[in-house]
Amino acid sequence: MELDPLFLSRLQFALTVGFHFLFPPLSIGLAWLVVIMEWRGWKRGDEDYVRAGKFFGKILGLTFAVGVATGIVMEFQFGTNWAQYSKFVGDIFGAPLAAEAIFAFFLESTFLGLYLFGRNRVSKQVHWFSALMVAVGSTLSAFWIIVANAWQQTPAGFEIRNGRAELTSFADAVFNASTWPRFLHTFDACLIAGAFLVAGISAYLVVKNNGAKVARRSLRLSLIFGLVVSLLALFPTGDWHAKQVARTQPEKFAAMEGLIDGQKRAPLAVFGIPVEEPPEMKMKIGVPGVLSLMAFGDMDAFVPGINDLRAEGHSTPPFIATFVSFHTMVGLGTLFILVFLLGVFLLYRKKLFETRWYLKLLPLMIPLPLIACEFGWIVAEVGRQPWVVYRVLKTQDAYSANVTGGEVLFSIIMFGVVYALLGVLYIYTLAKIVKRGPNPLEPAPADGGPTPSAKEAH
Amino acid sequence: MDLNTVWFLLIWVLLAGYAVLDGFDLGVGVLHLFARDESERRTNAAAIGPFWDGNEVWLLTGGGALFAAFPIVYATVFSSFYLAFMLLLLALIFRAVSLEFRGQVDCPRWRRAWDLAFGLGSLAPALLVGVAMGNVLRGIPLEADGTAVVPFLSLLNPYALLIGVLTLVMFTMHGAAFLTIKTEGDLQQRMARWTQGAWVVFIILYLGAFAATFFAAPFLFEGVLSNPLFWVFLVLVFVAVVNIPIANRAKKFLRMFLASAAAIAGMMGLAAVCLFPRLVPSSLDPADSLTIYNASSTPRTLTVMLVIAVIGMPVVIGYSAYIYRVFSGKVVVTAEHY
Repeated sequence: MELDPLFLSRLQFALTVGFHFLFPPLSIGLAWLVVIMEWRGWKRGDEDYVRAGKFFGKILGLTFAVGVATGIVMEFQFGTNWAQYSKFVGDIFGAPLAAEAIFAFFLESTFLGLYLFGRNRVSKQVHWFSALMVAVGSTLSAFWIIVANAWQQTPAGFEIRNGRAELTSFADAVFNASTWPRFLHTFDACLIAGAFLVAGISAYLVVKNNGAKVARRSLRLSLIFGLVVSLLALFPTGDWHAKQVARTQPEKFAAMEGLIDGQKRAPLAVFGIPVEEPPEMKMKIGVPGVLSLMAFGDMDAFVPGINDLRAEGHSTPPFIATFVSFHTMVGLGTLFILVFLLGVFLLYRKKLFETRWYLKLLPLMIPLPLIACEFGWIVAEVGRQPWVVYRVLKTQDAYSANVTGGEVLFSIIMFGVVYALLGVLYIYTLAKIVKRGPNPLEPAPADGGPTPSAKEAH
Repeated sequence: MDLNTVWFLLIWVLLAGYAVLDGFDLGVGVLHLFARDESERRTNAAAIGPFWDGNEVWLLTGGGALFAAFPIVYATVFSSFYLAFMLLLLALIFRAVSLEFRGQVDCPRWRRAWDLAFGLGSLAPALLVGVAMGNVLRGIPLEADGTAVVPFLSLLNPYALLIGVLTLVMFTMHGAAFLTIKTEGDLQQRMARWTQGAWVVFIILYLGAFAATFFAAPFLFEGVLSNPLFWVFLVLVFVAVVNIPIANRAKKFLRMFLASAAAIAGMMGLAAVCLFPRLVPSSLDPADSLTIYNASSTPRTLTVMLVIAVIGMPVVIGYSAYIYRVFSGKVVVTAEHY
């Protein structure tokens, strides 16, 4: 059997990004929550918040490490597996990656060291500042990588010259049509992931009565925070992002929404079973006009469907994958709002800590925002196919022609095994940290710290 | 100096920064394999704990800057060295998580496993970046269209392996020198002896590598002997290398570490001077080499990137220096460490 390096490189990219993308949302969301906890601990002199910050800071350190480890691969993979792509777009695409390293990677990595190890070496003010810089750095990192991705989706600020894309305006390339809605929606998704991680772990600790005084604080905080950010995912960020896709990537929009034939007063699909080829929606139930309204702010606006775009000569993306991924993401997003709404309601009625079933539900929610993130990413990437740079360069023309299928197969197996191992070890280690719970503030030799004799040895 | 030359310089500054900074924590990782007991291993981990992550970013920044400024080199070298890069990534993945995992579970076997992962995850990159450097110096079979097919085994030629081992020994020496600053007593003395031992091997390998380069890549020396920069770097390397054992004997460990850092930086400078204006020589036809002109981005991109670097890097260097100052002095192992 001939091993196809293009297919295998796509598979490897999907695998490595898909796995990597589980961790940055957690660390970005967690970092901002830790900033709030440490702020309250410092400003109010509240020992419980300090303990919460310390405890979740440990989880942040662990999550960050796995994010870094899997992220290193991404910085090099464009060159190793997508050499033709790198040559074609290098004049534009390299700059945001380099900017990410200079403005973000250094900041988050350097200050994480200070945050994790410097608690007793610098003032409380500087220590809090180091947590803030970790959060700012990881957010800037998200910004620059999304700039790079947004440019693939809605390329701008360039001309095709000398057989490649050459930069004509850096500002136009960076702030292309989808940069802001994409960044804000993704950043908000990260905050939701962080909120559920803190809420789930805190609820578990409350139920187990392990460091419950600390965990009640962090639970309360994460529920209120979570309600705000899960609402923001719907409006304005999600709404804005959808409007932008409708305007700038109509093929993706038609596939997302399951619109086969374009029409005025286009209906919003509430239910339907997508069929790939020829594209069809079976048993579709739609609300007339709502899709037109959502997309263009006008009930009577014409929304082009898959068949219209094909008739105009445009390639359309895989239909089922785009449609199902989009609707799973939206469904999960709706669930998040309901769960946080209920939590805040229970909190308001002062029944939260007695409602055991709700507390037991929260830990189970932890993976769901990550699944929503993955599906959102699939909508973005699969919905862009067959283009790697929308209407500029096809995916099939982007891979490294000098790398053999066998070599890529080897690296896929290697990453597959290593990532599976990392995933298991991450969960195992996370569970260990959670079971240990938030420690009292005085040094506790029992938690893996040095025994007094080991301390004296140095 | 034109923009392309400025970027050649900046890329080499980033690579030299990586070699000097991550060099010592990779070296500490190699020495970790030879640590005698748990307290020594904890000291190693604590000594580099606050720094290694930031140090590794120099490599990522070098990769990103290469992509932005010289995309043809980024694409060609990384795809040509495919399997070697995959092994490098594998090592860096394990290294990045090993200290974090190690510290979170209190079980001797768990810790030993991560100690090994950390050690090998440091040894392999030290060796592999040297092998990559060796292959770049002697040139790769670049065709006229700027592509190359390089079988994995051909990367493991004697010259590249020599540069690989040289790099490994050099980083080990650098790591030992770093640990002499961070430790006291017996451990400090042992690290001073490690520095001395590694220095002897380093000298032999370096002289060997220098001579081998005349045979493996004679074109590197064409015209450079009349370049004053070549002699500046050569004198810098000489003075720095001689200073290492002198400082060691005088127990001026900070000076020894700085001398080791200067030697590494000087060697990177020498390599850069010899390569200029090439980035990757072609072993088939010198005319097909990738240079700072035929492999670069447009002047507009180079200008934008220069602005980013000029704004960003001083800030990075500023807060990095601050962090090094905060964590200066001997290692005190506390509960917060790995």
